[in-house]
Amino acid sequence: MKHEIFEKNSILLVIGILVVVSIGGIIEIAPLFYLENTIEKVQGMRPYTPLELAGRNIYVREGCYNCHSQMVRPLRDEVERYGHYSLAAESMYDHPFQWGSKRTGPDLARVGGKYTDEWHRAHMDDPRSVVPESIMPGYPFLAKTALNYQKIADDLQANRSLGVPYSDEDMASAVADIETQINPDSDNVDAFLARYPKAQVRDFDGNPQMISELDALIAYMQMLGTLVDFDLYQADAFYR
Amino acid sequence: MAGKKEVDQFSGVETTGHEWDGIKELNNPLPRWWLWTLYATILWSFGYWVVMPAWPLVSDYTRGVIGYSQRAELADTMAKVGQDRAARAGSLVDASLEDIEKDPDMQGFAMAAGQAAFGDNCAPCHGSGAQGGKGYPNLSDDDWLWGGGLEDIHTTILFGIRGDHSDTRYSQMPAFLKDELLTAEQVDEVVEYVLSLSGQDHDQGKAANGAQIFAENCTVCHAEDGKGDRAQGAPNLTDAVWLYGGDRASIRQTVAESRFGIMPAWTARLDPVTIKSLAVYVHSLGGGE
Repeated sequence: MKHEIFEKNSILLVIGILVVVSIGGIIEIAPLFYLENTIEKVQGMRPYTPLELAGRNIYVREGCYNCHSQMVRPLRDEVERYGHYSLAAESMYDHPFQWGSKRTGPDLARVGGKYTDEWHRAHMDDPRSVVPESIMPGYPFLAKTALNYQKIADDLQANRSLGVPYSDEDMASAVADIETQINPDSDNVDAFLARYPKAQVRDFDGNPQMISELDALIAYMQMLGTLVDFDLYQADAFYR
Repeated sequence: MAGKKEVDQFSGVETTGHEWDGIKELNNPLPRWWLWTLYATILWSFGYWVVMPAWPLVSDYTRGVIGYSQRAELADTMAKVGQDRAARAGSLVDASLEDIEKDPDMQGFAMAAGQAAFGDNCAPCHGSGAQGGKGYPNLSDDDWLWGGGLEDIHTTILFGIRGDHSDTRYSQMPAFLKDELLTAEQVDEVVEYVLSLSGQDHDQGKAANGAQIFAENCTVCHAEDGKGDRAQGAPNLTDAVWLYGGDRASIRQTVAESRFGIMPAWTARLDPVTIKSLAVYVHSLGGGE
């Protein structure tokens, strides 16, 4: 038997496995990077604002993805409940993506704008206060914890090195952008919105004294699924 | 080891030629059912390649004979659902809310559609039984901030309250202490008066002073008798229903800092028939006027 050579030589076996697996991988994965049909063109996607990115970091830190997916699948019941199915392009600036694999709570891909900031504040403080049957743990400490954002530019840099198109100006004003996004009276709002279209500028946690972790998390959740302009999206061009 | 065919003397089965410390592996044939299952799956794959989308090509992929697409299938399903609903709900598009409520067919459809939409969209704030909670009104009682008629409810759902729609219902109570419109002492007095309006225990001396403050500051919205004004969403202060709590501390916080409850506009998120259905459903919950 010829495969004795593999069975008796572990290094060769490892190399053999790698070759076989990569053939499958190349055939299944590589085409997704060049087939026209799988590269969706959408209008409206932009990188996360520094505050949204900070909120996203908290979302990851607290393990929200363990119970909440961010992926509306193209199935009738999901589309009727959550809205348009998720597009790959909507995760294009996600490192790592938050599609998730399990829904203990509802999908959050299009939660942006569905509830008020006040609802999110009450819900984060004590989920049972607004949804009596909820089993989600409370996160009351988020409102009391100041957001540590002095090094947010490093997060932007990390994303930029992964291909997220943050400009030098975005990097330089990252810290100021966080302060601008929670202060609608700031003089920098227009410049900020020019760089981050559709960003929402307000005091998300209802406490103007402090930029809290809750500010960042609510800012992130309120923008989820709101960027792509589906009026301009040619759905039938991307049927697959 | 390999190359030599060796037959195990006890079982009469060939060995694989592998031997570890004197233990040899028998080369039993695979079970027949297993082998045939394997061949069947291989055959199946050839059929699958022909029928279904399968192989990547240079700029496209093989679409398969039936050209299956999950997204296209969804679009078909939704189109059919839309037609079904249009057939059953078509009459709801132009019918007035009153007519929908009177007609058993339309009313039945609206109740079912309204209940489903309520669970998805309204229950997170108003509760799955529409019982409400602190800051979110109970929709199953007969106490309404902005009116409990069909049209009132419909308008509220369409445009929201203090939302960002241009037709949203809007009013704002001043933060009497925070904005320094009243002193802390005056706030305490008017709180005692408000407590007296709903027949709760109160300090009569302070309440007497509070009555004057109330008349000067609060009656424009809450009316002279404290029964409120629905045109401004000003709650009735004389009953036992409180949106943010009717105890002394809660009322004091309301007077001192104000409240600003927001309901989003649904006109962009839900279609007109769903919103009409929701209005009929909410109207039916007990307190509809």
